[in-house]
Amino acid sequence: MHKLTRATTLALKGLGRCFVAEQRVSSAMKLPSRGLVCAGHGDESSKNEVYDIIISGGGMVGSAMACSLGMDPNLVGKKILLLEAGNKKVMDKVPDTYSTRVSSISPGSATLLSGVGAWEHITKMRCKPYKRMQVWDACSDVLITFDKEDLQDEMAYIVENDIVVAALTKQLDSLSDNVQVKYRSKVVKYAWPKPHQAANSIPWVKVTLASGESVETKLLIGADGPNSMVRQELGIPTVKWDYDQSAVVAVLHLTEPTENNVAWQRFLPTGPIAMLPLSDTESSLVWSTSHQLAEELLDMDEESFVDAINSAFWSNENQSELIETAGSMFRSALSAIMPSAGSPRQLPPSVAGITPKSRVMFPLGIGHASEYIRHRVALIGDAAHRVHPLAGQGANLGFGDVACLTHLLSQAAFDGKDLGAIQHLLEYETERQRHNLPMMAAIDLMKHLYSTNAAPVVLLRTFGLQATNMVPALKEQIVAFASK
Amino acid sequence: MYANKSGRLVLGLLSRKTTAAARSASSWTAVCKQRALWRRERACLETQRHVVTCHSRALSSSQTTVDPDEVRRFQLLAGKWWDERGEFAALHAMNDLRVPFIRDNLLNVHGARHPGKPLGGLRVLDVGCGGGLLTEPLGRLGAKVLGIDPVGDSIGTARLHSSRDPDLRDRVCYRACTLEELSAQREGGEEEEEEEEEQGAGQYDAIVASEVVEHLADLETFASCCNHVLKTNGSLFITTINKSNLSYALGIVVAEQLLRIVPSGTHDWEKFISPVELERLLESNGFSVQSVQGMLYNPASGAWSWTNSTAINYALHAVKVSNYPDAEESAAHPEDRS
Repeated sequence: MHKLTRATTLALKGLGRCFVAEQRVSSAMKLPSRGLVCAGHGDESSKNEVYDIIISGGGMVGSAMACSLGMDPNLVGKKILLLEAGNKKVMDKVPDTYSTRVSSISPGSATLLSGVGAWEHITKMRCKPYKRMQVWDACSDVLITFDKEDLQDEMAYIVENDIVVAALTKQLDSLSDNVQVKYRSKVVKYAWPKPHQAANSIPWVKVTLASGESVETKLLIGADGPNSMVRQELGIPTVKWDYDQSAVVAVLHLTEPTENNVAWQRFLPTGPIAMLPLSDTESSLVWSTSHQLAEELLDMDEESFVDAINSAFWSNENQSELIETAGSMFRSALSAIMPSAGSPRQLPPSVAGITPKSRVMFPLGIGHASEYIRHRVALIGDAAHRVHPLAGQGANLGFGDVACLTHLLSQAAFDGKDLGAIQHLLEYETERQRHNLPMMAAIDLMKHLYSTNAAPVVLLRTFGLQATNMVPALKEQIVAFASK
Repeated sequence: MYANKSGRLVLGLLSRKTTAAARSASSWTAVCKQRALWRRERACLETQRHVVTCHSRALSSSQTTVDPDEVRRFQLLAGKWWDERGEFAALHAMNDLRVPFIRDNLLNVHGARHPGKPLGGLRVLDVGCGGGLLTEPLGRLGAKVLGIDPVGDSIGTARLHSSRDPDLRDRVCYRACTLEELSAQREGGEEEEEEEEEQGAGQYDAIVASEVVEHLADLETFASCCNHVLKTNGSLFITTINKSNLSYALGIVVAEQLLRIVPSGTHDWEKFISPVELERLLESNGFSVQSVQGMLYNPASGAWSWTNSTAINYALHAVKVSNYPDAEESAAHPEDRS
């Protein structure tokens, strides 16, 4: 229970940070004295190349940021550099097998990706839109479905992460005038400047690579993932904890081909199991469960694994009489108030097999940086916030950061401002924290609410889910919020 | 509230320089004090200017020719000028209004030339640039800017700050001199225009005089010098304070005496000028006023906004329509005017 209060303190702390602007200078002054240590080398730093913006980390969010900045008309002529520690991800031909790591791309993120010209490449390669999402409880009979009106529009898209990165890489190749990319460049050290040019301070952020090369920048954007080095080196306090859960992912083969445009998620007491459509015959599995069970699932042979999945989706062993009776009582009471009941229940497809050797597991946790920005630095994506995959929002929050920061930097450049100035970075932080924190709190709440099969909690969530299912306006709001 | 960069630094320098001239200035009335200070600054700078002009011939990264003590002093001042939350916070915040004002009006006149550089290809003069707070954004927008200010320390600070930015090094120049000196030099400098093109001997597409005219003793000379150094159809941008009861109440009484946001004696209400008066002055010097817009400072949020009322602060855009006939004569004798 104390984790719920931690979630609220997390929210309060984060929101409080938005309004306490004065602390910025004093907290920036408490930076590790790397600035002073490196300061003596005034002459050396003037020989390094100075970029306007350096993005550290070339994953989905970092590459999207680079494309977005490179295509902005107000940032023409600015020197932008993307640093990626791994190799260049080129995909000349889409592989026949699906990769296990996928993301649900919301319409808002799709808009951003099409704005940077990567969405075209993605649709040419491979992506699967879905029109409906069905979410139900293992402990009761109740369900909730989300869909756009009349099933005309897509709700979201399932895209493999590799495809997103390859599409963005392809787009970056065409932007080589504005954006330079350095692959296989690992950063070993960062040196930070003081807020205003005090004596013995380096003027720009200095980045030292493993190759020994040093570059400087007026603005550093940290997109280096949940274990962000930028965030750690800055000493930004981060509220984070590990869930006692790991996610098992795999590529499933369905028993028979189906239209497959529904995303399924069932909340088991051990954690949610989700099946996301990839094609008419294949789906992606994301099963968040305890570490122990996750390991067992990985060790099982294929047949037992498939059986476990099917039983997780279909069996009713967790339901008790009490809950069933209560559930039907609620339903009749609610349908008296609101005769137009929710959408009809659909049955998820059954699984016949999996792609061999496609099972992987990874630990889950939550994290939120209390500050997204410092003097001349901004964090985006998982470096700033990390969530549970149950709502499919991790990548979308990151793309939201990209859209917001690009817009503010574009405006700042058009006003002749120094790109690393704190004023617009503060605006970015405020805007994104206001959006991200409620989302993260909601996801964390959902996770805890559904982690138990204690009767009172089950009754509460049963009633809540049924009531929500019957109020279309409320569902529309939820879908709208998640689609940004 | 209405930050006064040149006035305050002049007062600051006054306390530092213990010359006899400065001591005797304390016996003058407040109204004459400013004029005396300007004259003294000009006199002191005559000697300094030769040194300064030599430095300014090189690119503005003149760190190698500047004394390390001087550099330290400029860095200390830079801490004041360039701290966005410090003494000059209101001036930094004013950039949110004045940069778009200048940029959009120039774009209307000249059209967008280069993507990413809205003011590319334009030459701008920033009169009373102080530490370069407005000069740098204009440089970033692509203009070639010369910032002038009679206070040598401000120029030193401004040069140091912009020298670190490779973008600005080639576009932004500073010079410690007054507008009259620049205008006078331009006459003699026409043959050397190619050499001196960065030094102000050429002609300008725009002049910016932000928070300056309320400190000048002689606005006629100012207007005629502006006319002199501007190209025909060149723009003049002024931001200043209105001479009204409200500006006395808020600008002098509240800001200086009650809340002490601005040091006492910084502003002289007699020197404030109303938009109507300023318009009249400019029109009689060969300008046509295009727009006047009121500005309002909110001390709680620290932000400026445009407003319909020009009762306190306002911004003005004028265009040079004709050469002012007596331009040469008045520029040659700036000292006699005061």
